Amino acid sequence: MIRVELPTHLRTLAKVNGEVTLEVEGPVTLRSVLDALEARYPMLEGTIRDHGTLKRRPFLRFFACAEDISHQSPDELLPKAVEEGREPLLVIGAVAGG
Amino acid sequence: MSKVRLLVGTKKGAFVLTSDGKRDKWEVSGPHFAGWEIYHMKGSPVDPNRLYASQSSGWFGQIIQRSDDGGKTWEQVGSKFLYDGVPGTHQWYDGTPHPWEFKRVWHLEPSLSEVDEVYAGAEDAALFKSKDGGKSWEELSGLRGHGSGPHWHPGAGGMCLHTIILDPKDAGRIYIAISAAGAFRTDDGGKTWKPINRGLHSQGIPDPHAEVGHCVHHIAMHRSRPDVLFMQKHWDVMRSDNAGDSWTEVSGNLPTDFGFAIDVHAHEPETIYVVPIKSDSEHYPLDGKLQVYKSRSGGNEWEPLTKGLPQKDCYVNVLRDAMSVDSLEKCGIYFGTTGGQVYGSSDAGETWAPIVRDLPAVLSVEAQTLA
Repeated sequence: MIRVELPTHLRTLAKVNGEVTLEVEGPVTLRSVLDALEARYPMLEGTIRDHGTLKRRPFLRFFACAEDISHQSPDELLPKAVEEGREPLLVIGAVAGG
Repeated sequence: MSKVRLLVGTKKGAFVLTSDGKRDKWEVSGPHFAGWEIYHMKGSPVDPNRLYASQSSGWFGQIIQRSDDGGKTWEQVGSKFLYDGVPGTHQWYDGTPHPWEFKRVWHLEPSLSEVDEVYAGAEDAALFKSKDGGKSWEELSGLRGHGSGPHWHPGAGGMCLHTIILDPKDAGRIYIAISAAGAFRTDDGGKTWKPINRGLHSQGIPDPHAEVGHCVHHIAMHRSRPDVLFMQKHWDVMRSDNAGDSWTEVSGNLPTDFGFAIDVHAHEPETIYVVPIKSDSEHYPLDGKLQVYKSRSGGNEWEPLTKGLPQKDCYVNVLRDAMSVDSLEKCGIYFGTTGGQVYGSSDAGETWAPIVRDLPAVLSVEAQTLA
């Protein structure tokens, strides 16, 4: 069971409260987790990764176990703690407000 | 009794304002999509309860929302706006080639005849069409591909396709406008396009009479005369009497001919409205006085409309899609400001009153007249 924490606006779009939990088949990578997230919540397609290119949107970052993993390959394995559901994958938006 | 519904897009959400035909008391619903930029909302002429909304954010990209009950409930539909084929490049601000990148939808224009058909004007400039109520989108790529696309460049607000006008008498004819490329027309439903900028004169570009490169801010048309177009250009108010084949300036006695919004009276096709703005670097009214100017002669002769509008210390802007008219017997006219006010007039502009004063900055206003 993979846990994903989304920013408020994306929780509103997905109509969820709190963390999202997902089953991911095969290796647990950023790509496979985001694929599973978008498959379960198709309204999130294009909001985290661009349609078409699947590039991370520039004002978003990914964190796992307090590490910024935004720039690692989307096919690199996520930490064991994320894979085992002990830690969430965080999707974080740039802070706004000045 | 007839009703009027105003669809107001703001920097931080959507609002729906409704009134009976007297238009003196308004109910305010919203914010819908709180915290998101709502560049535009518009209802279908076929079914006025079918609304489309463009919801976007720098963080999370583009969302399209649809309502089938006049804005009470909304359904997220498709937002996959992919350019047809290899997108290619347009010019960047410094003249270097820059890849076409989708950023947002500025304007949604529902079909005049099919409830599930709707057009979307995008930044970077492109025209998209949906035939399934917004679930899927296809680019009408003949526009970007007609030849001048690589020479288009963005205005300060981005390279946006912000105006879409469907000809009510000729289903194949569509007018669009792009900042800062100019106006374009198709006569075959979007397959082929041509620039329609002859007569435009823009200081500050290398060739002031260039075929493309003009910063057209908005175009308006009266449905009874689809060959007659009125344009608020960056500077200059223009008109065309031949479907855009040529334009003449009708700024006349306007105190400044810079501005964004322009619209036509619902029942008087020669009566047009603009909101003069001081200049391109000072986006507020002259002398702190918010004035709508009206011409009853299709331009050149203008009169200020000020009753009920602030006549001192007012430094708001009125953006290109933020003015609209209803079609009640006494034509109502409405506009929203970057200060969050929406002003309304139920007597064609003679007197004004604020409908709401404290919304987020208003990006767009569309009026619907309901039976």
